[in-house]
Amino acid sequence: MADLAQATQQRAARTRWLLLAPALVILLIAASGPLLITLVYSFLTPGDYGGVEWQFSVDAWFNVVMQRDIFDDTLGFSDAHLSIFARSVKLSLMTTVLCLFFGFPTAYFIATRPKKQRDLWMLLIIIPFWTNLLIRTFAVVELVRNEGTVNTLLLWLGVIDAPIQMLYTEFSILVGMVYVYLPLMVLPLYAAMERLDFSLVEAAYDLYATRFQVLRRVIVPLVKPGVVAGSILVFVPSLGAYVTPRVMGGGNQLMIGNLIELQFGQGRNWPLGAALSITLLGIVMLALLLYVRAAGSEEPHRG
Amino acid sequence: MARYTRYDVHRQTGFTTIAFSCFVLLYMPIILLVIYSFNAGSSIAIWEGFSWRWYQSAWQNEQVQEATVRSLIIALWASAVSTSVAVMAALATTRTRKFRGQSVVFALINQPLMVPEIVTAVALLIFFAGIKVATGYTGLFYLILAHSAFCIPFAYLPIRARLQGMDLTLEQAAADLYATPFQVFRRITLPQLWPGILAGAMLAFVISLDDVVITEFVKSAGQDTLPTYMLGQLRRVVTPEINAISTALLSISILMVIAFTVLSKMKK
Repeated sequence: MADLAQATQQRAARTRWLLLAPALVILLIAASGPLLITLVYSFLTPGDYGGVEWQFSVDAWFNVVMQRDIFDDTLGFSDAHLSIFARSVKLSLMTTVLCLFFGFPTAYFIATRPKKQRDLWMLLIIIPFWTNLLIRTFAVVELVRNEGTVNTLLLWLGVIDAPIQMLYTEFSILVGMVYVYLPLMVLPLYAAMERLDFSLVEAAYDLYATRFQVLRRVIVPLVKPGVVAGSILVFVPSLGAYVTPRVMGGGNQLMIGNLIELQFGQGRNWPLGAALSITLLGIVMLALLLYVRAAGSEEPHRG
Repeated sequence: MARYTRYDVHRQTGFTTIAFSCFVLLYMPIILLVIYSFNAGSSIAIWEGFSWRWYQSAWQNEQVQEATVRSLIIALWASAVSTSVAVMAALATTRTRKFRGQSVVFALINQPLMVPEIVTAVALLIFFAGIKVATGYTGLFYLILAHSAFCIPFAYLPIRARLQGMDLTLEQAAADLYATPFQVFRRITLPQLWPGILAGAMLAFVISLDDVVITEFVKSAGQDTLPTYMLGQLRRVVTPEINAISTALLSISILMVIAFTVLSKMKK
């Protein structure tokens, strides 16, 4: 009998891996495998016209944050790269905070509607979420460009004499990213708030809590996992953003994603591009790890 | 009798205002984009009357035609491939006990959701550049393969969700009546799983159709899809033709999302 059970189990395992094989093969070829190759490339020497020379070098990793002065050969931090890193982190954090500012009340609003209306309100959040990121970015461009809606309106009203330059600034990147990533904040927040037990809120009011106290002491702590999830979901893609800063930043306000692209275009420094993208991946993985730990330590409090 | 209004425990000062401004801000740019696609003039901010001219000019633009056909070919292949492998993967990973290597499998399947697109795009550029040089082949296969890969988690998740909600007893009953595993799948599992598969396929289709970053890095010269064509155009003087293309793509996405929502709500 034991043999039979074991044989059945073995057959089940074989079937499972056979079923999994096609998906895993595709993912290994076109998702995970190339990441390893990128890692290898980051330790090679750049070729003259793009590509690489198969010669080991740590220059690329060195160049991620440092640079050698071309005149006196002294070492220093690469200001250009560091300022791009700093801008990326700053803009991503601001995007996250602004998304939270708009997303929290919105998710709360939806979660406190009558049950039948909620799905409809959520559909209004989900539709932009599934529509083309480029199109949504472009919709914002049309709003803020010099000959765009906002400037045309202000000129027509006589508020300004000349269009305000909003496009191709950090401000426009921020507006674009908040606009594009807002649904990512609302979705997990709503999921957390929908389960919120309002009898606790009622109890707090019975105990003479003010509205703000209820918000701060009851609602926020209860939906904290949603806040953390939403923040990570917004922060991670913001940090790796490529399309929005490219379209809204116009080539002079680079973020990490654009810096990486530059190495494969004009920069012709593939190893540096590889090292930069592994760095970005590292930061993102760190953020996700922190999230998993935060979510994990959150569990015992609930229920 | 004194009128007694119940204290509204849901209310938070300012929340409704912010929520409404949020919805307005979310939709205003998109609505303006759609409105100006019907502009008779060539401005994207000054209204000069209604016309279909930009739709006509987009329709007659050869580059747009080619990019549309290419986008559709890639999206259809990618959604077919990713959905088929996702069904198999979902069958293998759902409703079983924890198995060895499970976390690795989940990490692999979810990788496209976690790794920033630009990182995957660059990695694929490096990898495929080598293969392109070695084989001399520069066709659409690379794009289809790349799209199939990043569509897998999007196809997998709704299928898995559907499977998890399904009743095991019917399948057990069929097996008790000497149905072969394939018969059980064909006659019992598949008919119940169908809405999940359709939902997954549509999601994969939309995701593939909308992709910019990975396509931009993987495509060979002259292989623009609609989104990369639009990205290229944005650098020039923009006419409402872009709005017209955007509106068309937008309509497809919205229809798909609504269909997807209906499908995933279907009774299990």
